[in-house]
Amino acid sequence: MTKDGQLWRPTRRRLLQAGAVLGTAQLASPFVQIARAADVVKIGMDNPLTGTYAALGKNELIGAQMAADEINAKGGILGRKVELLVEDSTSGDAGVAVQKARKLIDRDQVNFIIGNVNSALAQAIANVANEKSVFHVVPGGHTDSVTGKDCHWNTFRVCNTTQTEANAVASTLVKKAGKKWYYLTPDYAFGHTLQAGLEAAGAKLGATKVGGALTPLGTTDFSSYLIKAQAANPDVIIFLQAGDDAVNALKQAVQFGLDKRFHLAGAQQELEVLEGLPPEARVGTWVFEWYWKQPKVAGVDAFVAETRKRTGGKVPTARHYFGHTAIWTCALAAEQAKTLDAVKMAKAMQGFQLPPEIAMMPDGAFYRAGQNQMIGDLYVGHAQSKGADDPEDLFVVDQVVNGKDVSPTLEETMCKQDWPA
Amino acid sequence: MRFDVKKNALSLVVWALLLTAPLWVDRVGAYPELVTQVVVMGLAAMSLNFLLGYTGVLSFGHAAYFGLGAYGVGLTIRYLMPSTMAGLAVGVLVGALAAALIGPMIVRRRGVYFAMVTIAFGQVFYFIAFRWNNVTGGDDGLTNWHRENLHLGFATFKLMDSPYDFYYFVLAVFAICTGLMALILRSPFGRTLIAIRENERRSRFLGINVNFHIWVSWVVSCTFMSVAGALYALLNNFVDPRAFYWSQSGVFVIMCVMGGMRSFWGPLLGAAVYVVLQDYLSSVTPNWMSFIGLVFVAVVLFFPRGFLGVLRRRASE
Amino acid sequence: MTQLILFNVANGLIIGAFYALMAIGLSLIMSLSDVINFAHGGFLAIGAYLAYTLSPYVGFWGGLILAPILTAILGLIAEKFLISRVYGRDPLYSLLLTFGLAFIIEDSTRFIWGAQSVPYDVPGWLMSPLSADYFFLTGYRMFMVALVALAVGGLFYVMNRTRLGLRIRAGTLDLETVSVLGVNVRVLRNLNFGIGIYLAGLAGVLAAGQLGLQPTIGASVIMPSFVAIIIGGLGSLTGTLLGGLLIGVASGLTAVFLPSATEAVIYVMMALVLLIRPQGLLGEEGRF
Repeated sequence: MTKDGQLWRPTRRRLLQAGAVLGTAQLASPFVQIARAADVVKIGMDNPLTGTYAALGKNELIGAQMAADEINAKGGILGRKVELLVEDSTSGDAGVAVQKARKLIDRDQVNFIIGNVNSALAQAIANVANEKSVFHVVPGGHTDSVTGKDCHWNTFRVCNTTQTEANAVASTLVKKAGKKWYYLTPDYAFGHTLQAGLEAAGAKLGATKVGGALTPLGTTDFSSYLIKAQAANPDVIIFLQAGDDAVNALKQAVQFGLDKRFHLAGAQQELEVLEGLPPEARVGTWVFEWYWKQPKVAGVDAFVAETRKRTGGKVPTARHYFGHTAIWTCALAAEQAKTLDAVKMAKAMQGFQLPPEIAMMPDGAFYRAGQNQMIGDLYVGHAQSKGADDPEDLFVVDQVVNGKDVSPTLEETMCKQDWPA
Repeated sequence: MRFDVKKNALSLVVWALLLTAPLWVDRVGAYPELVTQVVVMGLAAMSLNFLLGYTGVLSFGHAAYFGLGAYGVGLTIRYLMPSTMAGLAVGVLVGALAAALIGPMIVRRRGVYFAMVTIAFGQVFYFIAFRWNNVTGGDDGLTNWHRENLHLGFATFKLMDSPYDFYYFVLAVFAICTGLMALILRSPFGRTLIAIRENERRSRFLGINVNFHIWVSWVVSCTFMSVAGALYALLNNFVDPRAFYWSQSGVFVIMCVMGGMRSFWGPLLGAAVYVVLQDYLSSVTPNWMSFIGLVFVAVVLFFPRGFLGVLRRRASE
Repeated sequence: MTQLILFNVANGLIIGAFYALMAIGLSLIMSLSDVINFAHGGFLAIGAYLAYTLSPYVGFWGGLILAPILTAILGLIAEKFLISRVYGRDPLYSLLLTFGLAFIIEDSTRFIWGAQSVPYDVPGWLMSPLSADYFFLTGYRMFMVALVALAVGGLFYVMNRTRLGLRIRAGTLDLETVSVLGVNVRVLRNLNFGIGIYLAGLAGVLAAGQLGLQPTIGASVIMPSFVAIIIGGLGSLTGTLLGGLLIGVASGLTAVFLPSATEAVIYVMMALVLLIRPQGLLGEEGRF
């Protein structure tokens, strides 16, 4: 050994020890529920755990695990235990997402595959699942095409399409704020379709676009866009950003005092974003896809209580709900079809009405036949800086909109399902 | 002579393993796409090592040419013509051309400064792919295209339909590329590169045009890198801007170092270990990034010569 | 239109000042130790999160003072136990080391503070715009610029007027001679690294005031900082400062005319500088 080698030696041993301790702690954690028996039903989850969408992906995972435990407590799927296999798809690398999907399907032989938060990844996984004829559920990727022009017979989606969200909020915006709209739109598919949706919905109500700016995904400094926006002097500045972009944009808009001069609004908003904002920046009119404070709706309180137990007191967000509903969709499909054959399960889910304690929405929820898109309620309301009786009660629901009334028609979605012959 | 025999023995082992891979991958818990990925990443790492290990120039921006190859093939198949070979050719050409043009701006830099400049140039391509939505699909990546089956006069290779056909296609390209690299390295030109690595000043005094040699080495390395990138895109039938991102360059460098920069096959071994490790870790723990980070640190502190370097030293002691 | 341009120039200077703060720290470390610190963005995130954790106990101002110092201490530790081991070896190794460190830091912050953005609050009176016409000149942004100016001024004072600064500058030029003259190079590099990390920590606290605080907060600023160094010229702190301000203004102006090129423009500038004046605007020829 060289002299250098001897210098490193003690540290090397120590480092290896530390690594081993850390490693065992990590590997032993019940991240993957290991059950190697042949008589299990495997559900593969290919969702982000690192990167921009990590927070959303992890919440969906908590919801999914909760659902898997509930199903197992009730005797499993067709009498077999459910095993959840989890893979990190990363937040944006579809190459990884596709490989993980193939790994889950080819090697692990999963019966169902779940994913993804990122619409592009969701579509990529959908294509693999279709190639292999595996029942696929998208919990929370919103771009229209997943259940629109690129839809598949085997891909089901829990969260709404961007068009539906836009339709839900448009009338409230016109009534509350005015008809001159300025768009701040993230420059990728999700933002584009969301803006197109709002423009279409606004046009029907007489709202006009007075300007707009495309902001790149991952923008940290929104000041130059905000300068442009206020120069156009609109009634409403519409923020279509999601996640961290939304946090940055809103934080800066409020620092600039724009909330006092204009109405700030948007389409989709999430509790995760509001919680990341300082109290004074929790403003604006938005759509939530699910909200935890629904005292009169069956199942919600139990769901909230169970989530609090698992997360150290945090309430469920729409993401927990998506993950939970996605896993239950798999179980219900199997029970309905009395088989794990993907085609039969998909057929059985056409127009399927979810049981109320799973739907957890005042008007219930169902999968629309011919499109496989879940249609439930949407919650239009405004953000509030501090909850009255709970620190996480940051949203006030002004109006519950039934998705049936605001969803585009089946023809408008352009979905043509490609059932196997 | 003994050394040469050993070297060939290693090559034989490598080829035997690669050629028979489809027979045993299932039994060790792997799957065809994973082995294909190992070969593709191995080619990428070996291309980088041509510059890093054999010329001694530290590029930390090779992902740019990986990405150019990937987008070249994707855009060609998507917009121009649905042919795997045409796409591959365009991808490689684009990568080589970009490297040739950028080369003169950077070959005078050395050490960390060279690294930094290569990273920064890589970022230009990243942002072009990221922002030019209409063409590249932006952050969503380039979709709606896939590799096509290969029809040669005498036979048809089902690249799209059979993962093993595609694996052997990748392996064939890999064989051509590594063969060419080995040839170049054995030529007088290759010897000159090693001389530059060992002592740049002395080479200069001997009348060698060092910057020109580095430029050629850079272009060769980047060209093979774009072959790897193109194969990677074909493997996934997809490409997104992350292929360009600087952290991807870092991954290529660690593959070289981990396997052994001074050995021809080292980077392939490094790539295999890295790909399999990441694939495994990210299925067992959401904190896989920490472990990958620890691997980086451990390699730097304890295996600076890489696995093959350690083995060789053991053997020679 | 003129107004819009003026707005964006002013705005660009503010952002540029922030890039400069990061770039100067990086540049210090690079010049003396030949290390590209990829973990710089990670230390920025640590600074931000520490301020977030401390501020309920010590207030915003306490956090502003303590968090960068604590970050710098972490930096000193990292230098002593990890980075100092690769000094004198191929720069490749320090690159990989800090690269791995960046992974570990990002993942650890996610593990400790969660993947979700956390709200970091600054005093109300700093949050409001100074006037309705110049609404983008908020108290906080002015405060940020003032603080950057103070930090950079302080650094220049240290560099030019103190023994430590003199030694660092001398070491940048010829480390061997400095060592022969009896200066403890180990300690010198350690302190120098600490100063660089202190600036990263400070940048983190400032960033947390106006950006969403999440584990990848540092990733988006590290590349512009590299570019600022290349444009300004490695080894010249004034050059780096200038480089930071320049790219800030350039991307601010591009946002008016061609928003989709706001990031790419700084790399184009860099390419131009490399073609015309490869050593950077204020850099010396022949050093790298």
